[in-house]
Amino acid sequence: MSTQTSDVLGHFGQYGGRFVPEALIGALDELAAAHAAAQIDPAFKAELAELHRTYTGRPSIITEAPRFGAHAGGARILLKREDLNHTGSHKINNVLGQALLTKKMGKKRIIAETGAGQHGVASATAAALMGLECVVYMGEEDTRRQSLNVARMKLLGAEVVPVTSGSRTLKDAINEAMRDWVTNVATTHYLLGTVAGPHPFPTMVRDFHKIIGEEAREQVLALTGKLPDAVLACVGGGSNAIGIFNAFIPDSEVRLIGLEAGGDGVETGRHAATITGGSPGVLHGTRSYVLQDANGQTIESHSISAGLDYPGVGPEHAYLHDIGRAEYRAVNDDAAMEAFALLCKTEGIIPAIESAHALAGAMVIGKELGPTATLLINLSGRGDKDVQTAAEYFGISL
Amino acid sequence: MSTALDKVFEKVRAENRAALIAYIPAGFPTQSGCAKAIQALADAGVDAIEIGYPYSDPVMDGPTIQEAAEISLKGGTNAADVFGALKTASSAGVAAVVMTYWNPIEKYGVDAFAQAISDNGGSGVITPDLTIEESERWLEATSKHLINPIYVVAPSTADARLAAVTSKTGGFVYAASVMGVTGTRTDISIDASALVSRVRKTTDLPVSVGLGVSTREQAKQVAAYADGVIVGSAFIKLLLNAKDEQEGLDAISDLAKELALGVREGR
Repeated sequence: MSTQTSDVLGHFGQYGGRFVPEALIGALDELAAAHAAAQIDPAFKAELAELHRTYTGRPSIITEAPRFGAHAGGARILLKREDLNHTGSHKINNVLGQALLTKKMGKKRIIAETGAGQHGVASATAAALMGLECVVYMGEEDTRRQSLNVARMKLLGAEVVPVTSGSRTLKDAINEAMRDWVTNVATTHYLLGTVAGPHPFPTMVRDFHKIIGEEAREQVLALTGKLPDAVLACVGGGSNAIGIFNAFIPDSEVRLIGLEAGGDGVETGRHAATITGGSPGVLHGTRSYVLQDANGQTIESHSISAGLDYPGVGPEHAYLHDIGRAEYRAVNDDAAMEAFALLCKTEGIIPAIESAHALAGAMVIGKELGPTATLLINLSGRGDKDVQTAAEYFGISL
Repeated sequence: MSTALDKVFEKVRAENRAALIAYIPAGFPTQSGCAKAIQALADAGVDAIEIGYPYSDPVMDGPTIQEAAEISLKGGTNAADVFGALKTASSAGVAAVVMTYWNPIEKYGVDAFAQAISDNGGSGVITPDLTIEESERWLEATSKHLINPIYVVAPSTADARLAAVTSKTGGFVYAASVMGVTGTRTDISIDASALVSRVRKTTDLPVSVGLGVSTREQAKQVAAYADGVIVGSAFIKLLLNAKDEQEGLDAISDLAKELALGVREGR
């Protein structure tokens, strides 16, 4: 079922594909072949499963959140605890898979982009584990917002390169990583951190994250005896969302709801809600929804969450939106922070601000569906990295 | 069909030399400065000019062209300015093409963009991030409006792939001299001549080499085996570093004259 939506060139309907310099085609073909071979290689699958069991800490658990649910229309709230993974988010699922592929392809150096630093930390971790050289590109602005994660990456042995071009955030970090890759493609694997970019990245990254939904679907069935009414996840590039959605795509009675970063409000233009407020276009090697102006220039995104602060989105989400299989809503900064605080105080869990967007969505959807509804929420990351941002937001002096 | 660009390559083949192709982003250093720069380059003996469409996310470009694109975009450059610069170039008597990332074409409208190129005297468009797999609508449009679809190939492009790409190409094949982004380089790698040889096994089209050329000596070396020598960042650096507009225009004029000698000395 997992590859039902894409063709051999990586198209999801009119979305996806490859819009890249010819210099990268060979490497993308090599990667697509390595991924396809790994998908049917029992030894690869066993190696990755063992790593997940003994290193990531999979399967991640489901936590029921009734005190939070009281603020969500009394709906039954189930949290998929990707925040408990090693390195603190779902990102490790993809990183370990791609790092194994890197070794299979005989490459010794990985590069990665990072916004909030979660993917950078996960990449640096996998590189340390597998003895690979690691360079992480990070917007200069983000290195300041997320200085703790910069230190973590350095402790793990990675080189962190602050990117000073453009808006100095995630999109510019991706630009710089692609420039590095074009130059060093013979020796280097670009360990892209989300379900965007040229084929095979959207498909491959989804395949490494689909374990989230596969586990959750079984766990929810075992716990409740039925499928959830809705599955919710935050969407920046969309990797954690596609990871939890994928197993439920054939279950047409289960609503799939992606929560985008509404920033100051989609109507203000200062947001990162790409599907809600953008239009079809090409960015970073793939066709999808993009925040862009009348001339096709990318518009800078805004979000309190560095991990969702991206003006593009994975092409499979664009497709799921257009065919009506998934729905996408925007959650403003303030609503996300309210949900962030609420989960802390009602359940004793500090979520990542990214994941708080999904929680805020649950507070609305829960009220719409009422107390008989069961909502499965991907708690994609933990909030340790966000303590400074949250303290500033809530006026807690450090 | 035969575009002004096709005619340039017929001419330089007859003269047993390489063509000199200059790149400048539209709206850089200013709208009027760009028009003067185009005129200066044409007067100095450049055979063809590529008008760059400045883009917010130029993943194929090094720091020099990124900086120029940023300056141009801050000045508000839009599609109309790109077509205006194209018209300035074609009116100055050189073959004129646009070089652009794909998204501005898609946003403008694929057919409308090709038509605007033709309407403004342009010969074609170089699309460095458009793969042949995604080219169906574009090739229909370029064929309909009689302009050249120019693709870029790289040293890493495998032979079978080269043949597939050059079979879709018109005007000339743009051979990227090295694995990397735009910018001046001390050495033009040996990859470039090897790539040109491999391209020639797949097509009779002219082959032009870009990425890194900045001196008369380099132009001469490349002209020995290529049909065109493309220079971009070197001109832009001069404009960026000039004290004022006139100094910049004089500097690019001087460099273009030197390079024009270089492309005549290679064989």
